[in-house]
Amino acid sequence: MTFATEQLILIAIILPLIAAVLIVLSDKHPNLRETITLVTASLVALTVITLYQRSQSESLSTISLFEVIPGISISFNIEPLGMLFALVSGSLWFVTSVYAIGYMRGHAEKNQTRFYAAFAIAISAALAAAFSANMFTLFLCYEILTVSTYPLVTHAGTAEARRSGRVYLGILLGTSIGFQLLAILITWSVAGTLEFKHGGILEGKLDSAYAGILYALFIFGIGKAAVMPFHKWLPAAMVAPTPVSALLHAVAVVKAGVFTVLKVTIYIFGSDFILSSGASDWLIWFVAVTILLASLIAMTKDNLKARLAYSTISQLSYIVLGALIATEMSLLGGSMHIVMHAFAKITLFFTAGAILVAAHKTEISQMHGLGRAMPVTFTAFTIGSLSIIGLPLFGGMWSKWYLALGTVQAEQWILLAVLLISTLLNIAYLLPVAINAFFSKPTSGEEYSEVKEAPVTMLLAMGFTSLVCIILFFYPDPFYNLAAQAASGK
Amino acid sequence: MIESHLSLLIVVLPLLTAPFVAVLPNGRLPWFISMLASWSVFLMAAIQLLNVSNGSVISYELGGWAPPWGIEYRIDSVNALVTLIVAAIAAVTLPYALKSVADEIPSHQHSLFYAAFMLCLTGLLGIAQTGDIFNLFVFLEISSLSSYALISLGRNRQALTASYQYLIMGTIGATFFLIGVGLLYAMTGTLNMADLAQRLPELYNHRTIHTAFAFIMVGFALKLALFPLHLWLPNAYTYAPSVVTIFLAATATKVAVYVMLRVIFSVFGFSFIENTPANELFLLLCVMGIVMMSFYAIYQKDCKRLLAYSSVAQIGYMMLGISFGTALGITATMVHLFNHALMKGALFMAIGAIIYRVGSSRLEHMQGLGKHMPWTFMAIVIGGLSLIGVPGTAGFISKWYLVQAAIEQQHWLVVAVILFGSLLAVIYVWKLVEVMYFKPANEAAIPSVKEAPALLLIPTWILVIANIYFGFATEVTVGTAEQAAKLLLPGAH
Repeated sequence: MTFATEQLILIAIILPLIAAVLIVLSDKHPNLRETITLVTASLVALTVITLYQRSQSESLSTISLFEVIPGISISFNIEPLGMLFALVSGSLWFVTSVYAIGYMRGHAEKNQTRFYAAFAIAISAALAAAFSANMFTLFLCYEILTVSTYPLVTHAGTAEARRSGRVYLGILLGTSIGFQLLAILITWSVAGTLEFKHGGILEGKLDSAYAGILYALFIFGIGKAAVMPFHKWLPAAMVAPTPVSALLHAVAVVKAGVFTVLKVTIYIFGSDFILSSGASDWLIWFVAVTILLASLIAMTKDNLKARLAYSTISQLSYIVLGALIATEMSLLGGSMHIVMHAFAKITLFFTAGAILVAAHKTEISQMHGLGRAMPVTFTAFTIGSLSIIGLPLFGGMWSKWYLALGTVQAEQWILLAVLLISTLLNIAYLLPVAINAFFSKPTSGEEYSEVKEAPVTMLLAMGFTSLVCIILFFYPDPFYNLAAQAASGK
Repeated sequence: MIESHLSLLIVVLPLLTAPFVAVLPNGRLPWFISMLASWSVFLMAAIQLLNVSNGSVISYELGGWAPPWGIEYRIDSVNALVTLIVAAIAAVTLPYALKSVADEIPSHQHSLFYAAFMLCLTGLLGIAQTGDIFNLFVFLEISSLSSYALISLGRNRQALTASYQYLIMGTIGATFFLIGVGLLYAMTGTLNMADLAQRLPELYNHRTIHTAFAFIMVGFALKLALFPLHLWLPNAYTYAPSVVTIFLAATATKVAVYVMLRVIFSVFGFSFIENTPANELFLLLCVMGIVMMSFYAIYQKDCKRLLAYSSVAQIGYMMLGISFGTALGITATMVHLFNHALMKGALFMAIGAIIYRVGSSRLEHMQGLGKHMPWTFMAIVIGGLSLIGVPGTAGFISKWYLVQAAIEQQHWLVVAVILFGSLLAVIYVWKLVEVMYFKPANEAAIPSVKEAPALLLIPTWILVIANIYFGFATEVTVGTAEQAAKLLLPGAH
């Protein structure tokens, strides 16, 4: 059976939605329910990979579903950046599902049906965002993603979860309605279109003096990119079960944010317009501060997931920085960082969840010596950390390399320094965790002889993603090509 | 044959149903007859909208007396859409009414209840259909008097006070309107709106005309509960029986907004308004109303009252579009008129289902109900998202056009207020959601609350799905609204 490429896009988006319905229907049969998730996730992964292959060989058209407002329709197409994002989130859904089954059962979580169903809807929204052909469709998917992840964030149902849910929804909906929607409306009234077009739709229509304001409305309006001061929702979201933090708050949701930033930069403004109008001149400092400050805050956090959350905030701003510098190299680096950071950070979250399930530890200071009891987990942690830091032999090196080249290309020496200092800070807050786990003695005479490795599905998942971190160093080609196409427009 | 009398039949059918129902014995029969009548009206209203959707105008002469001497019903896409809203809400509310009314109103009053309901429907439809300003007053009184009666049937004794309060305010409003109409008649010698529109321009500078305008505006500002003349509304909505709240919230204020549109744009003409302080005043009151009433909504402890304050804020959005006086502004008002009926209808229906099961609409009694009543809960979530204006819902389309209209006018403060209002809506909607979603303090308090019966859920979900449908398919709403804008502002296109 063969499908037209346009149909495949819809299939990738609709499959998880069908799965969500089936998951709810099979509430009473956990094994069936998990089978549905796994089968759908693998089908989605296959679909996305097929789409990638097709996109490399044939030229693709846009598929419009219907017109919402005259001139604005819900439509999808494939372009390099979206393909890259879809590949990452589509393929990692399967890995995370394998992991989640081990985690949710190992940790005996309640309301698992709701969890898997909301998860599937969120993935559908992320994929739809990836394939959006105009800003309106993207905004729609962005908001669906926000709302569908709310039950996941507040999964525990405790007072803390409720509080975090408020912060989560308040900041994400607040920024998107208050700023992003306004920015979209202004764009629409100025440009008369919201189609994504390489080189942008605003040049010549918007006075450069206002470009900076509009661009700021977009950057801060995309709260999911977590640029300070609108970053608080991400640490708050860590109250969610670890698979959610792993896939959604290291990959799908946050990457949907920076993906939107890149889309706006490349396809709404156009990098030339950003450079010529100086739209990002002062915004760039918010991002630079976010990179450094979030790293510094990460160092102060003893809770592993909180530390990872602040690390994510800092790393997301790398990508936003890549967008704001708006040179070809920086855009390339920013786009690639979506992939590299995704695989590295999901590995780290996987290990955090494994430590919680197997050893019931959440605080870093309690993990001394744990590495000998859980060698696989902490090896994966080390690999993930090294990739985030950006050392050779790990995929994370490439994106940092191009981001740094981008700053050089733009002759932004201070920003180059920011990147380098941040790398040092990465080392300082990630490596001690692994080192202490392997080489320090357990504190207060605790013995970990009782502690075993986490369930095997969890180990498989983190093994796979850490392996990918290494493979991406030697073979980043598919992602490099997509990122290069997006950055250069060819 | 029937086709040509459609415009009149829409009003006459419920009018004749009312006395018929009143003399029927209590039981299911009055409900059934009323439901049939409302469905027929809905069908006719839909056909009527189709007939005028190409921009044509139907003129119907009552009793064959030619206007301006006889009463004329003048149907264009503006009032055809309003009629459709009223008829559609009545048609979905009546199936819902069977169980809800049986639960909340003593059985010996059922046939009278449905008779009053039919009269109220008659009044609202009549206001929308008529092209004669005195006839409009008559229908206004029919709808008002019957709604006082309907509200007073609420199960708490406060309903009587609420109804009385509304009676006083409503009567003042109607009297002001009548004074205004009287002055117009004295100056022009005509009561036909189209005729008035032709005669008024030469009298624009006459002080009596300004006075008439002021009386009419204040009178209707009272009826539509424009801030700060909204004081009757929260109590009326809170203490009325659920069905009445649903119906009035979704239709009564909308019809009043329609009259504003008609009087401002068709009768007086916006060029007249521009030379009065009225539109600046409206703008100011709307902005204040949106912000203050949204804040009020946040602090309510009863969800019917919460939604009532939200309604007052939403009326601000509708009037904003009018005060811009542009085609885009009118489009926004008309679209929001329609969409707000859908969202408030859905929300009040869901709340009604909770009242049916729990017997209260106070927030503390709703704790943890999300688990027990998942469908009702989802209806509140989706209705709430629409109220906030999240994309993918009807509310978003309203916000889109409103903000567009404000940007077009370069009213950045108003843009900010509209968006800020949405953020406040996030807070009060999520207050409801949180209460229902998270576990109750003690499970023992609500041992065995079941999901609401299908007869309540199906109408609720029809409106919920309509909220999503009209968030994507906007030909009916936006198409008709743009048509209406063209008719009301002939020079703009």
